[in-house]
Amino acid sequence: MDEIFKPSRRTFLRGSAAIAAGTVAGQAAAQGTPDPMITELQDWASYTGAGVDETPYGLPIRFESDVIRRNVEWLTASPISSINFTPIHALDGTITPQGCAFERHHSGAIELSKDDYRLMINGLVDRPLVFTYADLERLPRENHVYFCECAANTGMEWAGAQLNGAQFTHGMIHNMEYTGVPLRTLLREAGLGAAGDLADKWVYVEGADASSNGRSIPMEKALDDVLVAFKANGEALRMEHGYPVRLVVPGWEGNMWVKWLRRVEVTDMAVGSREETSKYTDVYENGIARKWTWVMDAKSVITSPSPQMPITHGQGPLVISGLAWSGHGQITRVDVSKDGGVTWETARLGKQGDTKALTRFYLDTGWDGSPMLLQSRAIDETGYVQPTKNQLREMRGENAVYHNNCIQTWFVNEEGVAENVEVS
Amino acid sequence: MSKSLNLFVPAIGGTALLLGLAYGISSRDYGAATIDTLEARVQQIEANAAQASAQAQAAAAEAARLLQEREELAALAATSGASLTAPAPVIEGTYGLGRVAFDEEIAAWDVDVLPDGRGLPEGRGDVYTGEEVFVDKCASCHGDFAEGVGNWPVLAGGFDTLANRDPVKTVGSYWPYLSTAWDYINRSMPFGEAGTLTPDETYAIVAYLLYSNNMVDDDFELSHENFTDVEMYNADGFVVDDRPELEYAAWRTEPCMENCKDGVEITMRATFLDVTPDEEVEAAVSTPTSEATPAVAVAEDAGGIDPALIAAGEGAFRQCQTCHQVGEGARNRTGPVLNGMVGQTIGSVDGFRYSGVFEQANAAGEVWTTESLAAFLTDPRGTMAGTKMAFRGVGDEAEVAALIAYLQSFAD
Ligand code: HEC
Ligand code: HEC
Repeated sequence: MDEIFKPSRRTFLRGSAAIAAGTVAGQAAAQGTPDPMITELQDWASYTGAGVDETPYGLPIRFESDVIRRNVEWLTASPISSINFTPIHALDGTITPQGCAFERHHSGAIELSKDDYRLMINGLVDRPLVFTYADLERLPRENHVYFCECAANTGMEWAGAQLNGAQFTHGMIHNMEYTGVPLRTLLREAGLGAAGDLADKWVYVEGADASSNGRSIPMEKALDDVLVAFKANGEALRMEHGYPVRLVVPGWEGNMWVKWLRRVEVTDMAVGSREETSKYTDVYENGIARKWTWVMDAKSVITSPSPQMPITHGQGPLVISGLAWSGHGQITRVDVSKDGGVTWETARLGKQGDTKALTRFYLDTGWDGSPMLLQSRAIDETGYVQPTKNQLREMRGENAVYHNNCIQTWFVNEEGVAENVEVS
Repeated sequence: MSKSLNLFVPAIGGTALLLGLAYGISSRDYGAATIDTLEARVQQIEANAAQASAQAQAAAAEAARLLQEREELAALAATSGASLTAPAPVIEGTYGLGRVAFDEEIAAWDVDVLPDGRGLPEGRGDVYTGEEVFVDKCASCHGDFAEGVGNWPVLAGGFDTLANRDPVKTVGSYWPYLSTAWDYINRSMPFGEAGTLTPDETYAIVAYLLYSNNMVDDDFELSHENFTDVEMYNADGFVVDDRPELEYAAWRTEPCMENCKDGVEITMRATFLDVTPDEEVEAAVSTPTSEATPAVAVAEDAGGIDPALIAAGEGAFRQCQTCHQVGEGARNRTGPVLNGMVGQTIGSVDGFRYSGVFEQANAAGEVWTTESLAAFLTDPRGTMAGTKMAFRGVGDEAEVAALIAYLQSFAD
């Protein structure tokens, strides 16, 4: 933990540089003189563009080359057991494109082909079974949009404001439309008669990579909405997200969404694996730790303006936008404050969010050039209101790592530059 | 529509395609509009049918059947107001997919160990043996005494720190079950060579970890027989998630909208301790600079090698840093120090214990050339069968060249 808080000094000039560049570009259509972008014949309006054979599988245009996953090197010892962050500050809507959706590996992303893929269901079942990839495609499947959030998202912010950018404070999250077979279907194929009373049973799920990441999931959840997924956003999963098959555990810690899923074992107790004892547990002030903290509570963050997305257009109309989500179900409301939490306005939801999926919110407002302390506060269908950092600290102390769902504050100064701060 | 389609497909294919389209649309949308479109499709199909009679007749029949089906469904939806979406069906009995697993297969994959010791194989190992294995296979990352090297995990100590500001959570101070240590080490360690320990080695290592944590004496031997007798220091240190009682109850209230507090002050700013990575990137490929590897030596020693290539190699070398160090002050880790590799005898770094195949190459006086290095880095196990370098290899030729250029920039 102390390593995580080790500061490495870097200069902070990015914000102002971005402003300068933004201002020039934004005002090119100057008043009084006709815009050459319009009056002069442009190359692209005269010469032909790329042919259909040029890009069999397309990447974003080069002007978007800064919209990428980034990692924070000092966080971990090796990029093979590490994390990177979704550029949520630069995205809109709710679906995260696979190519920039955050990755977390414990032993690197592996190449496992569909042909080599096997899924075993064993333990307290009537018939231990092995499925191939082709078998999975023959079972009834479902489509669902869900967010996947690492329990450590915002974890670096427990002790204080640390990382300057929504990508780094809140980017261990992505939101995709999954296609897959309900885990209950596979468990039924193997038969749960041998498990007897299901109330106290578990499934232990395990990945095929060298870390053999494994987690115990109570049977009730396993039979509820857990999916064995093989497609995301309509196409095959990416290698870094568990190709060809990953587990989707809606609303629960990302670590449980085991990638390269190879085995599901029905057990009569939690395995107590490293990832559910040493990790993904939180020590509170008295030294006692909380375990089995599976659900990701309601949370939200303003993605723009934010430190990586300063206001470059000066005074006038301003769209404040952000994301909200809850592991307990749907987001019903998001409030935004411009004064650090003294007054709140209710934001507009882009569209009614799916359950356990990201919801986009907008506050269509104006900016008079005075400093703002921007905050957002999510409320979910259970009536849970996203807490402040102080509320969380009072409840849990400062030694926790995971499940920091506090209200985030961005300070926006007169120039539109935004900064990660904490307020009283 | 049909005209432009016919530009691309012969008439008969066109029929099939249209039918496919009609089906695709109808199965997605049950509104009246769909039915209109369907009717249009049927007309088009019928037009084509005149040209390709046999197929088209069948196709039109199928389309008519679909049309009828859709009408029925639409009527159903209109009367019941129900949505036609539904979860995957649950059936009586099974689909009969998947095949029964062999016992050997279950034995190979089902190796997890439960807190009560179920799943442990027979075996034993003592502290002395454990120390030897640990120093050989684990200490490069976790330190000789499991105290952790650099950013790598600490495995020992930290007792009575859990209530402190920065708790030190180790196998000794924090882990509630010994089974977790056995299971994790057996399956996931050493990092980069997971799954290679024998049961006896794992028992010995776990015995050594207990010793490093002052939990047993130096003559202790751990086995499947006495495993569950070991008492863990923090066995009672965990409570099951109590957010529902403590937090949800408190935070499910109507929130304040106005005059919610008396004023606001900024109490902390991220720019005071700026730990955010810099963002300047030229393209989607970042070329990160690493603090662990001194980039300085590069220019002078490069001897005519393209500095851009060396810089690219520095980026690519991050995948090697798990196991290798280069530059001044570099030490052997899981892999040997890689200074002055090109032109050097294979397997000749002082103090590193190589695999058999490396020892043989060394005895035969074989020397690393750019060619042999390229072959080795592309396919380590294919080129040096039995090597200890547990690394899949670098697929991209340009990346291999860059890596070699980077290594060449570090003379001995
Ligand atoms: C190349 C470096 C390396 C070597 C060699 C290595 N480890 Fe590890 N070890 C790691 C990394 C990295 C992690 C964390 C992995 C992760 O992020 O999941 C780790 C985690 C662990 C943990 C869990 C720590 C915790 O607090 O959760 C234990 C226990 C452990 N290693 C034991 C061993 C043993 C025993 C060996 C030798 C057989 C070994 N390691 C060899 C790098 C290494
Ligand atoms: C998981 C650990 C690991 C990784 C990752 C790794 N190596 Fe190695 N490397 C080793 C080990 C262990 C050896 C010793 C081989 C033996 O004894 O069989 C070795 C040997 C070598 C040698 C020969 C050293 C000599 O003395 O002859 C070179 C060169 C080398 N590695 C380069 C690389 C490069 C370049 C990368 C990254 C692209 C890399 N290695 C990644 C573990 C690793």
